[in-house]
Amino acid sequence: MLEKYPEKVLKNRKKHITIVDTNQACQQIEANTRTIPGIITQRGCAYAGCKGVVVGPIKDMVHIVHGPIGCAFYAWGTRRNKARADDNTPPEKMFSTLCVSTDMQESDIVFGGEKKLAKMIDEVVEMFHPRAVSICATCPVGLIGDDLGAVAKAAQERHGIQVLSFNCEGYKGVSQSAGHHIANNNLMENVIGTGPERDPNDKYVINILGEYNIGGDGWEMERILGDIGYKVNCVLTGDTSYLEIKNLHQAHLNLVQCHRSINYIAEMMETKYGTPWLKVNFIGVEATKKSLREMALCFGDEELIRKTEEVIAREEARIMPVIEHYRKICQGKTAFAFVGGSRSHHYMHLLRDLGMEVVVAGYEFAHRDDYEGRQVIPTLKIDADSKNIPELHLSPDPEKFKDAHVHLNMSKEKFDELNKKVPLNYYEGMQPDMKDGEIMIDDCNHHELEKMVRALKPDLVFAGVRDKYYVQKLGVPAKQMHSYDYSGPYAGYNGALNFARDVANAITTPAWKLVTAPWEKQTQ
Amino acid sequence: MPEGEVVHTAGKINPVKTCQPIGAMYAALGIHRCLPHSHGSQGCCAYHRMHLTRHFRDPVLASTSSFTEGASVFGGAANLKTAIKNVFEIYKPDIIAVHTTCLSETIGDDLPTIIKQSEVPEGKVVIHANTPSYQGSHITGFSNMVKAMVTYLAARDEETIRKKRVNIIPGFVNPSDMREIKRITSSLGVDMIMFPDTTNVLDSPLTAKYDMYPEGGTTVEEIRDTGNSRLTLALGAWSSNAAGAALMEKCGVPCVPLKVPIGLKATDDLIMTLKEKFDAVVPDDLTLERGQVVDTLIDTHFHYQGKKVAIYGDPDIVVPLVEFVLTMGMIPKYVITGTPGKAFEEQVGAMIEEAGIEDYIVKAEGDLFDLHQWIKEESVDLLIGNTYGKYIARTEDIPLVRVGFPILDRAVHPLMPITGYKGCLRLIEMISNALLERRDRDCLDEDYELVL
Repeated sequence: MLEKYPEKVLKNRKKHITIVDTNQACQQIEANTRTIPGIITQRGCAYAGCKGVVVGPIKDMVHIVHGPIGCAFYAWGTRRNKARADDNTPPEKMFSTLCVSTDMQESDIVFGGEKKLAKMIDEVVEMFHPRAVSICATCPVGLIGDDLGAVAKAAQERHGIQVLSFNCEGYKGVSQSAGHHIANNNLMENVIGTGPERDPNDKYVINILGEYNIGGDGWEMERILGDIGYKVNCVLTGDTSYLEIKNLHQAHLNLVQCHRSINYIAEMMETKYGTPWLKVNFIGVEATKKSLREMALCFGDEELIRKTEEVIAREEARIMPVIEHYRKICQGKTAFAFVGGSRSHHYMHLLRDLGMEVVVAGYEFAHRDDYEGRQVIPTLKIDADSKNIPELHLSPDPEKFKDAHVHLNMSKEKFDELNKKVPLNYYEGMQPDMKDGEIMIDDCNHHELEKMVRALKPDLVFAGVRDKYYVQKLGVPAKQMHSYDYSGPYAGYNGALNFARDVANAITTPAWKLVTAPWEKQTQ
Repeated sequence: MPEGEVVHTAGKINPVKTCQPIGAMYAALGIHRCLPHSHGSQGCCAYHRMHLTRHFRDPVLASTSSFTEGASVFGGAANLKTAIKNVFEIYKPDIIAVHTTCLSETIGDDLPTIIKQSEVPEGKVVIHANTPSYQGSHITGFSNMVKAMVTYLAARDEETIRKKRVNIIPGFVNPSDMREIKRITSSLGVDMIMFPDTTNVLDSPLTAKYDMYPEGGTTVEEIRDTGNSRLTLALGAWSSNAAGAALMEKCGVPCVPLKVPIGLKATDDLIMTLKEKFDAVVPDDLTLERGQVVDTLIDTHFHYQGKKVAIYGDPDIVVPLVEFVLTMGMIPKYVITGTPGKAFEEQVGAMIEEAGIEDYIVKAEGDLFDLHQWIKEESVDLLIGNTYGKYIARTEDIPLVRVGFPILDRAVHPLMPITGYKGCLRLIEMISNALLERRDRDCLDEDYELVL
C-alpha cells in the first residue's frame, strides 16, 4: 500500500497507521497533523467544522457567511441536520433553510468587506427578525484583515441582539477540527450561561452534546430519554435554538455523543459550572443499553433505574426479532469505517449487533485521544497549527458553580462510589474496541483506501460521499455515513432497525449479481 | 419568509450560482487521465468534490495544496511544488489541471512561475487557470479552465489541417448532453474533437475493475490538435466563447458561437451550422426525430400552453430553455441567473418581448430570495431549475421540474440528455407530467378523469 509513496510521504504516513496488537501496552498513532500537499484527502477545513457542523444547525439564528459565494453555497442543507418548529421557536423564527452570503466581489477584497457585511446584517435583521446572528469568516476575510469582531459589536449595539463572529477561516488548523474548537470557544464564552434559571424542581435534566440530528438521530434519542423520564435541555447542535444554548448550563449531566467536535464545551462546562459529563453512544442496541444504564447510575435513583430497564426491555422486545432477521444476512461479514471524528467508533457497536466486524477503521480529523483515550492528552505536543486556535482558560463561576455530586443530587461518598463504576469525564478512545490484527488509520486517503479495499475485499465500506462511488466501482458496497445515503435515523432503537435494513439491502441488492454481462461471462 | 415588498442589496440570500473553482474542476475532469488540483486550503477541494459527486453520483477525484496558516502567510509555492511531485509519483496522471481559490488568489501566488519551477516528469503536463471565487461564478471557472486548455496546449501545424473536422466546446452540461451533441454531429458525418468531454468519466459503468482514470475525456493530444480543425463551435457564450476566441487568436481556427442546443430552434441552429460549414447531409433519422418533437408539441400543447413559468439557473442553460418554453407557448414570467453579465438580461428580455409578453422580470446576478418574493406577489404555475428551488416549490405549492446544476435530490438525470431533439422530448415529458400530476392531485373527485 505504501510502496508507491515518495520517501517523505512514506515516512509521514507510516506514523498514522497502526496494526492493533493488544500485547503492547500503549500503541501510539499520529493524528491531527498537516495533510501532505497533493494527497487526495477526506478532510475539510476550519470553516466546514465551524459553520458546516457546529454553528449552522442553530435554527433561530441567521448565519451570514462572510466571503465569496462558494463557501455559503456548499454548506447549504448538505448536512441533513433536521430541525422543526416548536412552542419556543415558531415557524417565523426558523431560518434553517436560508443560505446567506456577503458574496464578496473583487472590490470588496481590495477595499475591505466590512461595510458590506454591516449592511447585510442590517438587512437580514430587518427582514427576518432573528433572535441572534452569526458571522462566519472564510479564507480571504482573514487575509485582508476585515475585523469581524468590531463589525459584530457595532451591529449588536445597533440592533440589540447578539451578533457572534467566528474567525474560522478555512486555512486555520489542519482540518475541520480547528473549526469545531473555534465554534465551541465562542459559544462557551458568549452564549452558554446567559439564559434565565430553570425550575429547580426539574429532575434528571440533561444535555446531549455533539449530536447533530442527521436524519433525525437526535429525535430518536430524545424519544427514548423522554420515555425514561429525562428532560432533554438542549441538543448541541441538532434541532437546537439560540434560546436553548443560552440555558445549556442548567443541566445536571452532559452527555457527549461526538467526542471530537464538542469535548471542549463539555470540559469547559465542567470547569465553569462543575457539570459532569458522560461519554455515551446511542449507535447500536448494545451501546444504547450500556449508555442508558450508565446514565441511570449517574443519578443513582432507583425509580430511574427501574424505568430504564423497562424501556430497554420494551424496545428490545419490539426490535430484536427484526434485527435477528437482518443479522442472519450480515453475520460474519467485514467492514471498513472511515467517518468523522467519533462515528467510526460508534458504528463498530452497531455492526457488531449485526454480527459484523470492523477490520479497518479511522477518522478524518481526530486527535490522538480519539484513538488512544484521554489519558494521552497531557502528553500531546502543541504544534504551530494548533497554537493558532486559542485555548480558553476558564475558572469556576462564582454563582453558578456546583460540585459534580451536587449536580447529580447525591452525597460526595455516593459520587465517589459512582466514579469507580462509571467513567465520568472520560473517553477511552477507539483502540480498546479493536482486536489484534485490525488496522487503525488516521486521515486515510484515496490511495490507501483503494489499496486496502482491493487487498482485503471487505463486504462493506462506510465512508463519506466522496469515497462512496469509487469503492462501489471496485465491486464493494459502500454507504455514506455523513448523510446516511439520505436515510436515517440510525441512532437508538428505531435507528438500529433502519440501519440493519439499509446494510442488509446494500449487501444483497440484486444488481451486485449483474455486474458482468452474460455475453462476457467465461464459459467453464 | 418576510411578507410584502423587501429589497436586499448586500450579498446573496439563497444564491443561484457558486464559485469558480468547482467549474474549473468539472472542466478538468473532461480531460483524459487528468487530475484536477485545487490550490488553496483543503476545504474548497472537499466541498467541490462533494457537490460534483452528489450531482453525478460518480467518483470525483481531485488533489489539493492543503494550505494551513503558514502557507497563507508565506505563499503557497512550496505546497504546490510538493503537491505536483506527489501527484505525479502517486497518482500518475498524464496531466494536472491546477485551479486557484480565493485564498491563493488573494495572497497573489504566481502560478505560471511556480509551475515552471516544479518537477514535471517527461511527457507530462501541468496547466493552470486563475479562478478567483470573488469574480463571476462556477460558469466563469469552467470557461477559464477550458480557455487554459487552449492557451497551454492547442497548436497549429499547417501540414495537418483537417478540413472535415470541427471542435465542439459543449459548455457546462451533463455527460448525457455531450453524448447527444456528439451523436448528432457524427450522424452528419463530421469529424470532431469535443473538449472538455466528461462522457465515460462521470457516467462510467460499474465493472468491479475500477480504474482511477476512466476511459473518457479528451486526450492531451486531441486538445493540442484542436488548433488544426476547420472550425470551432462554442456552445454557450458564458462557458465556451472565451476558449473559442482564444483558439481563433492562437491558431486561426474560426469560431461560431451558438446556444447550447436545448430546444428545437437551438438544435436546428447546431445542425444547420454543421450542414452549411461542412456541406454535410442531414440524415433522415434526425429529420424524423425533429418531426417527432413537432408532433409531440402539437399533441401536448394544451397541457402547458399559456402557463406561467419561473426559470433559474446557469445562463447558457437558461437562455435556450426560455427560447424553448416560448416555442411551447408558455410564459416565462421570472427568469434569473446568478452569474453576472448584462447580456443575459438583454438576450432573454428580447426573446420574451418578441413573443409579445410584456409582464415579466429578468435578472442577472439575482438570487432565489428575490425570486421567492416576486412569486409571493404574483405566483407561477411551474418552476424550472436546480434542486435549490425546492424550498420555494414546497412553501408556495408549485411543481418543480429539475433542470441544471446541481441536482442533489434526484437520480439518473446526468444520464438523460436535455439537449438535441431527444432532449426536447424529455423536457416536454417532464413539464407536461409535472402539470398533469398537479391537476390529478388537486382536482375535485368529479373532475378526476381517466383521460387527460
